[in-house]
Amino acid sequence: MNATLDRLPRLLALVPYLLARPGVLVTEVAEDFGVPEAQLRRDLELLWMCGLPGHGPGDLIDLSFEGDSVTVTYDAGMSRPLRLTADEALALVVALRTLAEVPGLAGRDAVERALAKVEYAAGDVAQAADAVAVRVEARAHTLAAVQQALDEGRALHLRYYTAGRDETTERDVDPMRLLLVDGRSYLEAWCRRAEGTRLFRLDRIEVVRVLDEPSAPPPEAVPRDLSAGLYQPAPDHPEVILRLSRWARWVADFYPCEKVRELSAGYTEVTLRVSETDWVRRLALRLGTGCEVVAPPSLVEEVRAEARAALAAYGVGAGLSSAP
Amino acid sequence: MSSRRAERLVNLVICLLSTRQYLSASRIRQAVPGYEPDDGTAKSDEAFKRMFERDKAELRELGIPLETGRGSLAEAEEGYRIARRDYELPEIDLLPDESAAVGLAARLWQSARLAGAANGALLKLRAAGVDLDPAASAGVEPRVQATDEAFQPLLDAVTARQAVRFGYRKSFDVAPEDREVEPWGVVSWRGRWYVVGHDRVRGATRCFRLSRISGEVHRVGAPGQVSPAPPGVNLLEFVAGSFRHGPPPKTARLLVRPGAGAGLRRYGTVVGEYEGQDVLELGYGDVDSLAEWVTSFGTAVLVQEPADLREAVVARLTELARA
Repeated sequence: MNATLDRLPRLLALVPYLLARPGVLVTEVAEDFGVPEAQLRRDLELLWMCGLPGHGPGDLIDLSFEGDSVTVTYDAGMSRPLRLTADEALALVVALRTLAEVPGLAGRDAVERALAKVEYAAGDVAQAADAVAVRVEARAHTLAAVQQALDEGRALHLRYYTAGRDETTERDVDPMRLLLVDGRSYLEAWCRRAEGTRLFRLDRIEVVRVLDEPSAPPPEAVPRDLSAGLYQPAPDHPEVILRLSRWARWVADFYPCEKVRELSAGYTEVTLRVSETDWVRRLALRLGTGCEVVAPPSLVEEVRAEARAALAAYGVGAGLSSAP
Repeated sequence: MSSRRAERLVNLVICLLSTRQYLSASRIRQAVPGYEPDDGTAKSDEAFKRMFERDKAELRELGIPLETGRGSLAEAEEGYRIARRDYELPEIDLLPDESAAVGLAARLWQSARLAGAANGALLKLRAAGVDLDPAASAGVEPRVQATDEAFQPLLDAVTARQAVRFGYRKSFDVAPEDREVEPWGVVSWRGRWYVVGHDRVRGATRCFRLSRISGEVHRVGAPGQVSPAPPGVNLLEFVAGSFRHGPPPKTARLLVRPGAGAGLRRYGTVVGEYEGQDVLELGYGDVDSLAEWVTSFGTAVLVQEPADLREAVVARLTELARA
């Protein structure tokens, strides 16, 4: 997209925007339009030169500045913004429909009212939105409890299944945010048990109870930056390298890998950073011959030892000679 | 791009909005400052024509409804105008909780094109007088990625109602197969994108995961040839339904070490105790998938029955022990 294609929509929207807000601060306008104040002032100067054919003094857009605020005194017929494009209608309508369909999300009523108004204002182009649909799964009851705790600023008691450790634990948490990310819902909270910020997948919360005590995340509870994805590999965690056959390749898409390297014959090597190797051991056992653990060596041995011990329990171990 | 060009385009929009009659290109050339003046030479005419063509294309790209027509039969040249009712966003008035919902929705997209489009929509709503607080609903963060390479080409094909052809891998160990599809829509289910439509080869409704499309998506035939989805077909439900299996037909009995196998326990029922182990009954459909899962628990889970599951687990463990 070139600079004019960015600037022209802004220029066309500015006059009606100012018309609706007489005396608005220039800094506020710049913030709303997401541009530096200097750029916004250049935009206003440009608009001042524009107007109806003839371009006499009475034909030009007129702005009056008072201190740091600005008012449109003549709009040259630019009184309303341009209609939404099909892309714009699609982006907004699909997003609203997605939220309206999240089971148990507080304020769905407002979402639905907003959706109806936006669809009406978009007119025919709102049909573009029928081409896309997004579902976010959630259990209404869990979601409602989490939102209630967030709204009322109260702590939560959870019974939670941790897939990484394959255990179910009871814990009290201080809720920070509700994340609806790529089809799943998560609670981001300060976990008093782990003494750290944790993500709890809502479909793994088995029991939830809103506590009477207030939510009080400590100052070190900082919401994660979502721009790089939900999980970011921590460089200080131990490195695990797995070599995957073609049919175990899904692991590369499913887990946040630090490195993914395509090898010959359809093999893929992935590097992960993990805080604990328990779940990787279970993953390796699950994948069987589809996955070779390359590093760390201790994990290679762990997987083999676990398999032998399990075989012994089936009464099969005796005939096996040790690996060459 | 220069301010001169931006200024000319704003003036062009104002000019065409202000006229009820169609204005010919030569009238526009006089009325809008910034066009190559008419000095009677073919060269200046050519320069003007090029500029004007580019400007028209740019306005159309922004979604400005540029109409063409003739004011009367007598007029030789085609003219232009912008109908105000087609240009202007209708009145929209949002209550505070509704504008909070719109602000929240606009934060949903993570891919550049859709996020940009959502921001473009917000800009216009603000220009219509709607106040949107960017910090509204700060307790909820929705995020949807649409980064599959096939996403935009497929969406464009759906919008153009045009068929597509692409290579598709059913799984990673097979070569891509050519599929020809009349696409109805693109949907995200459990965080993954699918295109749903009529598969021309199979003659039936099918869905395809975007991440398994290999290579480019090619358009087939003319735009406008694809009929919309048949009434009653809900695209999301179709995708969800293609993963839904009937009730698990078989039951396995597993011995699970107390305190372990929490993942399995979530889907089964403890029916008793045997030599200090919990006896867990679990419904399942596919022996191999359950064998994979059971194997992952190592010594914590032992299959009691059925025999084929037990054998499948032992075979897997044997391979792992040899490795």
